Amino acid sequence: MYKLSLFIVALALFTSCGKKEAATEDFSTGAETTEAAADPSTYDPNRGLGKYSTVELGATLDVAMATEGEKIQAVKCSACHKLTDEKLVGPGWKGVTERNKPEWIMNFITNPDPMIDKDPKLQAQLELCLLRMPNQSLSDTDARNVLEFMRKNDGVK
Amino acid sequence: MNNKFLKATLAIVLLAAFFSSCKPKNSGDVVSGDAAQKAYVAPGKFDEFYNFVSGGFSGQVSVYGLPSGRLLRVVPVFSVDPQSGYGYSEETKPMLNTSHGFVPWDDQHHTELSQTNGEVDGRWLFANANNTPRIARLDLKTFRTAEIIELPNSAGNHSSPFITENTEYVVAGTRFSVPPDNANGDVAINTYKENFKGYLSFVKVGKEGQMDLSFQIEAPGVNFDLSHAGKGKSHGWFFFSCYNTEQANTLLEVNASQKDKDFIMAVNWKKAEEYIKAGKGKKVPAKYVHNTWDEKTQTAKSEMKSEVLVLSAKELKDICYMIPCPKSPHGCDVDPTGEYIVGSGKLAALIPVFSFDKLQNAIKAKQFDGEYDGIPVVKYEAALHGEVQKPGLGPLHTEFDGKGNAYTTFFVSSEVVKWDIKSLKVLDRVPTYYSVGHLCIPGGDSKKPFGKYLIAYNKITKDRYLPTGPELAQSAQIFDISGDKMQLILDFPTIGEPHYAQAAPADLIRNNGQLKYFKIEENNHPFATKGEKESKVIRKGNRVDVYMTSIRSHFAPDNIEGIKVGDEVYFHVTNLEQDWDVPHGFAIKGADNAELLIMPGETCTLKWIPKKVGIVPFYCTDFCSALHQEMQGYVRVSPAGSNVPLTFSLGTNVPVSK
Repeated sequence: MYKLSLFIVALALFTSCGKKEAATEDFSTGAETTEAAADPSTYDPNRGLGKYSTVELGATLDVAMATEGEKIQAVKCSACHKLTDEKLVGPGWKGVTERNKPEWIMNFITNPDPMIDKDPKLQAQLELCLLRMPNQSLSDTDARNVLEFMRKNDGVK
Repeated sequence: MNNKFLKATLAIVLLAAFFSSCKPKNSGDVVSGDAAQKAYVAPGKFDEFYNFVSGGFSGQVSVYGLPSGRLLRVVPVFSVDPQSGYGYSEETKPMLNTSHGFVPWDDQHHTELSQTNGEVDGRWLFANANNTPRIARLDLKTFRTAEIIELPNSAGNHSSPFITENTEYVVAGTRFSVPPDNANGDVAINTYKENFKGYLSFVKVGKEGQMDLSFQIEAPGVNFDLSHAGKGKSHGWFFFSCYNTEQANTLLEVNASQKDKDFIMAVNWKKAEEYIKAGKGKKVPAKYVHNTWDEKTQTAKSEMKSEVLVLSAKELKDICYMIPCPKSPHGCDVDPTGEYIVGSGKLAALIPVFSFDKLQNAIKAKQFDGEYDGIPVVKYEAALHGEVQKPGLGPLHTEFDGKGNAYTTFFVSSEVVKWDIKSLKVLDRVPTYYSVGHLCIPGGDSKKPFGKYLIAYNKITKDRYLPTGPELAQSAQIFDISGDKMQLILDFPTIGEPHYAQAAPADLIRNNGQLKYFKIEENNHPFATKGEKESKVIRKGNRVDVYMTSIRSHFAPDNIEGIKVGDEVYFHVTNLEQDWDVPHGFAIKGADNAELLIMPGETCTLKWIPKKVGIVPFYCTDFCSALHQEMQGYVRVSPAGSNVPLTFSLGTNVPVSK
């Protein structure tokens, strides 16, 4: 019994020291996370996961934005996505804006990794493609322009 | 009775240990029981410090984490690196150009982190090449070699790349004095005294780190060994240790160990600047290269320089002064206050500590003991603060903890000795395994040491690790120096042979704007392919340029026909990825150079001259995705003079139906 209490006292000493050290000396904040992990039960499959809650679309196509979007698509997207409905590495883009809400698209193309972990549609797609869509580091403007080009590709005038 | 006494003692010791664990000052040498805890960095957690360790005869710089001793990266600097293509890709070849042509290897001895106001600032790391004298600058945002400058009139660039407190200059010395480049070098070796000179180079460092050989000081032909800049009150001065003041040219082991005292040469570089302004420098023809890496074009260029400004130490009397220092001094280290200069006579049984204030007074009062080859020799006692008596055998190098203590390594007695700078009293000693050379304390040669750890870089390993045949990895050892007593907490193996090293708090480096990938929009490489639509193959005579892209997980194009034996084929591969840690490799069968390892957003070029007719595969070497094994392509090589048309494609070259 005596031995046990000594052990507990010693343990308390150690742990109290440990905490102190951790506060002053621990540089290790761990890996950077771009998006706080959300509770799976609160995941909204229509919105996706990311910074966009709603994205306003114009009634008609913004041609200038779509043109910019097409340039970005040529550099960062075209290696894996065709503009038809044919799958290359990833699925073809035809109809993508009809199948998904604009905020879902914006969230996915700017925050792919965390969203793939949560989204049922993306999980199903991953089983087909076996490749997680890479983060191509699109800026907010780039992403919005790419979305406008997707709309153009889907026949929005 | 005896047993009871033992138990009681044990209980007291244990209790003391528990309590003292709360007071790091006494954590000392109680047990090695908590050593594991001190060196342990849990999986997924970061180390506290980066440790930049010279790679010795590997020619590279290695980066370790402290206190875990984990190898984080090896940065190619002075030697070719087939795994990254450094020195093999068309872009990086100019980095290793010298006045002797392309030099694929060197001996890298010392590293030095850039400083602002005498404190480590985390911008750049300098590294010296000893064999073909050069200094490199590494950019710590990319952990790449950004610049290399060659040093004329020099041989054995050992006392380098030490810097002044605001990184105004990075210096180089010459360990093997030789006749100057512009003189007739075809002389008898035993005319050393007459014809051989020792040159000290002062390389100016610009705001963006760019290096420029500002001036050289022509000094007597001796062996300049190590150096450190003054700081604080001694800012404006540089101190170089020198041996072989006997000026021997053969059997130096004996002939360069004759004199009781050699020198530490004190150089007033601010005075040198004044003389240059007054036009006292001479422009002397000299051929040396300056190689720079352009981040925008992702390509190095090599420029040949043609002259250098030289000041004569003999003629301009008040730039250089010799301070006598016992027995072939090696390390030459300045304490954080800038007042004390520690010379380590490697054959001496004491450590002399010089005082900057006393040196200044001695110079003012002309307390000289004659001249050495035209340079005033200051009286030993006049500059001396005091001697550390019986510290150990074979002192080599000293670093500081910022608390008034110095730590010196002893090669012969294989130990690190802690002593008080002011009182010169020995405070503690620990054995090293075995025969320690350099040591490093984070910030240990700056105005603001971070203390906490001391790393000893040993020359001999013997039985410390599992045997690996005749050749063993050199061992390094980490000591906890936060308490009064030094405590060994970890051994770790190193690459090449570690000499000097530097360390800095992790936050200083990782918060300096670390680059995660190269932005494809900013890629101005002349052969960049921005998007698969731009991929193409162009022939001009027998030169073929392949504009190729890579992304998970295919190359574009991946089928190329119409290449002929003897063509000069350049694969310019652009990695289209825009995310961290997604390099792609490029390797082609039979290539007689290396592979490419292309970072996201980067373009790299591999030259390939097909020698045989046939189908030649190429593939990605860096496992990139679940479909990495599919990331491959073919080149059809036809005989010279063949009529097979040049074609290239991705996904459209469908099987021929029978």
